[in-house]
Amino acid sequence: MRTDINLGVNCAGIKMKNPVTTASGTFGFGEEYAHYLDLSSLGALVVKGTTLHPRKGNPPPRIIETPCGILNAIGLQNPGVDIVVDEILPRLQQFSIPVIVNISGDTPDDYGLVAKKLDQSYAACIEVNVSCPNVRKGGMQFGSDPAAAAEVTRVVKANTNLPVIVKLSPNVTDMVRVAQSVAEAGADGLAMINTLLGMKIDIHTMRPVLGNTMGGLSGPAVKPIAVRAVWQVFKETNLPIIGMGGITCADDALEFIMAGATAVAVGTANFINPRATVDIIEGIEQFLVKNGYSDVNQLIGKAHQ
Amino acid sequence: MKLMTAAKVTNRKHIMPGYNLLRVHAPDIAHSSQPGQFLHVLCSDTLDPLLRRPISIHTVDKDRGTVSLLYRVAGRGTAMLSDYEQLNIMGPLGNGFTLPPANSKVLVVAGGIGIAPLYFLLQKLSENGSVADVFLGASSAGHLLRIKDINELGHSVQVATDDGSSGYHGRVTDICSPDFISGLDMVYTCGPRPMMRALAKIIKKHNVPGQFSLEERMGCGVGACLACACKTRTGHPEEFTYSHVCVDGPVFSASEVVWE
Ligand SMILES: Cc1cc2nc3c(=O)[nH]c(=O)nc-3n(C[C@H](O)[C@H](O)[C@H](O)COP(=O)(O)OP(=O)(O)OC[C@H]3O[C@@H](n4cnc5c(N)ncnc54)[C@H](O)[C@@H]3O)c2cc1C
Ligand SMILES: Cc1cc2nc3c(=O)[nH]c(=O)nc-3n(C[C@H](O)[C@H](O)[C@H](O)COP(=O)(O)O)c2cc1C
Ligand code: FES
Repeated sequence: MRTDINLGVNCAGIKMKNPVTTASGTFGFGEEYAHYLDLSSLGALVVKGTTLHPRKGNPPPRIIETPCGILNAIGLQNPGVDIVVDEILPRLQQFSIPVIVNISGDTPDDYGLVAKKLDQSYAACIEVNVSCPNVRKGGMQFGSDPAAAAEVTRVVKANTNLPVIVKLSPNVTDMVRVAQSVAEAGADGLAMINTLLGMKIDIHTMRPVLGNTMGGLSGPAVKPIAVRAVWQVFKETNLPIIGMGGITCADDALEFIMAGATAVAVGTANFINPRATVDIIEGIEQFLVKNGYSDVNQLIGKAHQ
Repeated sequence: MKLMTAAKVTNRKHIMPGYNLLRVHAPDIAHSSQPGQFLHVLCSDTLDPLLRRPISIHTVDKDRGTVSLLYRVAGRGTAMLSDYEQLNIMGPLGNGFTLPPANSKVLVVAGGIGIAPLYFLLQKLSENGSVADVFLGASSAGHLLRIKDINELGHSVQVATDDGSSGYHGRVTDICSPDFISGLDMVYTCGPRPMMRALAKIIKKHNVPGQFSLEERMGCGVGACLACACKTRTGHPEEFTYSHVCVDGPVFSASEVVWE
């Protein structure tokens, strides 16, 4: 790490020592990857989607490979917010990085209750998932309606003093409208994009492959859509954005930053290269040096100038 | 210890049509692996195919620091595996088999490529002076692997094929006679799900414990993505949970799994 280069960013009030974090659900609670990298080198850690009560998740198969991507239908399997607050978050303190907890619920009140429990925990920030395509209730149902997304945002804000980032779904006609609506409702930042609703059929069994029939598409295949979404939302709102969708290398991350992302999250790429995040941090620094920049903030939204 | 490493391929062999044996130099993995554990192998240096493939550890040679993989060419990923001078591998991953006490009566049942992790177990068993009965099942003689090597380890092999091209004409579970099964201390198996389900039913009837190695589609291989779900029992008879093959398995106790 070079001292003459600043990689630090301030994203929705969270101080990150570099702009790279993990995409919820692809990095567990971080500990699963602690053998492969030093977690304390991350800008922040975004952990698995957490709900009020434990969830079993969907029947298998839960994952299918597609060209340059994957479809997943995990169904928010998680131990519930109490275990996260009492057992998991205290263990993550040792890494001394901001921990962002991604939350989901069936009703706006559920989101509020989870936010309240996290308010006094080690969490640095709450990421509100109104965009999960893999659960029957909640999730995307809130994210596809600007008014419903704003309602969830207001309830969460009313229950916590932590910064609140709202994670947007690409499965809508107009992401900008949803972004503006949650911004008015008090969101401190945006995360985008969640997965795109998709499916695969096995032509031999003549049945859908995923246990839950449909799933969310992620990985390199979705990157152009995600870059476009960040570009559009950056232009029309003032909120900091955590950009994600198909990032596998520093070049990908830089595209998102130039489109307007303050920080980036690495998701599916962790499965292929568990060290993808740290490789990307290094690559961003090298890009700055090579191109005569001293601060990554100089590149945020650069493509709009 | 878990690692990600670029391991040099020291040997590749086409052992039968559709089956390859690959040996890589990975001393740390060779020293720390247990039978039943697997490696998560990168098949491509491009983004397509994207995911790693889980492949069991077939044998280790601690002196030479090598690990070998026996695999069936099943699709695009496994078809590419023999193309490289180096393989990017993660591992050893998962929980392997627990060895039985000395002098136990042990049956090992392999369905097709299911022999891949079981061969490593059979090696350990003979190192411990144990002799196992080994039942190999396959669709036809062309899918029966490693018979000679298993005999050389001192174990006795019986064979069943669906088409009768070798050994008993029928399913491997058909040669599991009640008298024989009820005298066993432990059954180890890996193979197609229907075979394992049938075997689980048989050993349950005779109260014999089993260690079953399961397969499920994987993402991360380390317990982070929760993709590799397998239905298992909890303490309550009416309830179930989803365990994860990559970290809770791949080896499960037969009685723990909800076989549906
Ligand atoms: C713990 C474990 C150990 C295994 N050990 C061995 C072994 O030692 N030798 C061997 O030949 N095979 C083994 N398999 C199966 C092997 O992983 C698959 O055959 C392989 O992933 C197929 O990849 P492909 O690209 O050739 O096939 P494709 O069908 O093109 O693969 C498409 C996708 O489906 C997944 N997939 C397909 N079949 C399976 C399967 N049976 N299990 C899990 N995922 C699958 C692939 O990983 C990939 O993501 C093991 C599986 C598991 C879970
Ligand atoms: C296996 C898996 C599980 C996921 N779980 C969640 C989740 O719990 N909450 C959430 O907001 N997003 C979840 N996502 C979406 C990712 O956080 C991310 O938005 C998406 O995968 C796009 O990024 P990527 O292409 O880099 O993976 C999940 C994605 C995957 C692949
Ligand atoms: S493959 Fe990710 S949890 Fe098992």
